[in-house]
Amino acid sequence: MGELTTSAIQIHDLVKVFQGRQEVRAVDSIDLDVQDGEIFGLLGPNGAGKTTTIGACTTRIRPTKGQITINGVDVLQDPAHARQFIGVVPQQNTLDRSCNAFENVYYHCRFFGMASGEATQRATQLLTEFKLNERAQAMPYALSGGMAQRLQIARAIAHRPRVLFLDEPTAGLDPQSRLAVWELVRGLRRQGITVLMTTHYMEEADQLCDRVAIIDHGKILVNGTPAELKQRVGGQTMMEIHVANVSPELSERLGNVAGISSVESMPNGFRLWTTGRDGLLPKVLEAMHGCDLRDVSVKEPTLETVFIRLTGRELRD
Amino acid sequence: MTDLAVSMPRAGRGKSLWWSSFIGLILRDVRVLRRDFIPFVIRTGMNPLLFVFVFTYVFPKIGQGFSSANGTSFGTVLLPGLISVSIMFQGIAAVAMPLSVEFSATGEIYDRVMSPLPVAGVAIEKVVFSALQSVLAAVIVFPMVVLIPSTPVHFAIHDWPLLVSVVILASLASGAMGLVIGTAIQPQQIGLIFGVVVVPVTFLGCVYYPWFLLHHVRWLQYLVLINPIVYMSEGLRAALTPDVPHMPVWAVLGALTLSTALLGWWGVRGFLKRVVS
Repeated sequence: MGELTTSAIQIHDLVKVFQGRQEVRAVDSIDLDVQDGEIFGLLGPNGAGKTTTIGACTTRIRPTKGQITINGVDVLQDPAHARQFIGVVPQQNTLDRSCNAFENVYYHCRFFGMASGEATQRATQLLTEFKLNERAQAMPYALSGGMAQRLQIARAIAHRPRVLFLDEPTAGLDPQSRLAVWELVRGLRRQGITVLMTTHYMEEADQLCDRVAIIDHGKILVNGTPAELKQRVGGQTMMEIHVANVSPELSERLGNVAGISSVESMPNGFRLWTTGRDGLLPKVLEAMHGCDLRDVSVKEPTLETVFIRLTGRELRD
Repeated sequence: MTDLAVSMPRAGRGKSLWWSSFIGLILRDVRVLRRDFIPFVIRTGMNPLLFVFVFTYVFPKIGQGFSSANGTSFGTVLLPGLISVSIMFQGIAAVAMPLSVEFSATGEIYDRVMSPLPVAGVAIEKVVFSALQSVLAAVIVFPMVVLIPSTPVHFAIHDWPLLVSVVILASLASGAMGLVIGTAIQPQQIGLIFGVVVVPVTFLGCVYYPWFLLHHVRWLQYLVLINPIVYMSEGLRAALTPDVPHMPVWAVLGALTLSTALLGWWGVRGFLKRVVS
């Protein structure tokens, strides 16, 4: 990728509080700058504020406070104009059940002002490129999950938006369909479409995104390329040990093992952080002597270990 | 993938695009209606067909026929009434029922909401298209209610502009009522709508009797004035069967305009609430 200089999406001090019986601060002062042409991932657990952030960017949620600019257009001031530059694939399958696959794309083009001939051409072209041309006459309920998702993406980019929002694009898909969606998204970037996606799959964020923001409780905890983020935890490997009884004394013993940089207690064991793991395991086991050891697992630095390091929780808690 | 390069959206900007977008929404609804045309005709025609068949064909034949106090045949009283019910029912069938499903169960409406026109435009399109369906329903029902009765049906159209105005206003008011209902209810409550809305507004909508004759039950004559169907039936009575006593035209047109405006405002507000949180 060349030099990235302009911002496709600028979010400044975005706050969304949902009023109700219980007030929920879903997004709590988010600042974000997504560059033109990049794939940007919002990674976080369910309820972190990812979908609310996308909702605000796509004019569906009115922020309590803040400013959002897409392709230079103020989303809050002029939502109808901003929608010209936005494509959205929501979490839920929102394909028009009363129209077939071709018509889903064709009428979407008509909603964006294309004439009949151009809309037909665009719909045919997209269905071919997304390998859906044989199912052009199929109604949405007759499509598999993977096909429906490809059709949703085809429809979302049919009006040639500058920015595509993908909310959990591979949730509920089988591994093969997931890889197909990843390939499609990479293809979109090659055409210069900026992608902002949410995911709670760390490997998806790691492999697909140019930059990732880790989000939790409505706040961005950290933001950078996947490599930079992994570097933030000092490239540390995480070791989890599950034992029958957790005691402070055992924690101290583990902390004294050479090579262990920190020890965190969990209800059912300990989390150890280390820079190198060569020869470490026997030393750890030695320190554990006499304990009822249940399980040991070792995780190399991943975005998930970054998340755990930042929040003390797992992504899918 | 070749020809997918990002470019500016093709059809202009601003308000000219609003209009093309609105037309696009109408075209989508026309396509869906064409696909479902036979169910549409059955849904529209079955109730008036059976109603006129039993009450104005079978009843007189078996000696149970009844006529209005001034000697008007029941078929003549029913003609405007059943057309107004058909117009009103499209608001429920074309807007309320699909909308409640599209909001809650499938979220289908959200692709249309992302069109480049103000969100209220998507709601107004629903009302306008429902009104077109209402007009079509009136055209389908008219010959049934004229031709089936075994007793003579007297109608005379002296005032075409009045007929056109009443049909258009009644159709828009029905679409707006459908929008209010569709944005307020969950799909699982649709059955309730028939009991709580359709049945009362029909039976108390001066469909089967002219409003004028309700002076025998004075409190009811005033109570039914809150029901928009009353003005639809009475307006059609003024336009189609002027010999049957009916409400003054100014009252009908005024009340229908007011109903359309109020229900439209309420429905668009409900739509915006559902779509933008």
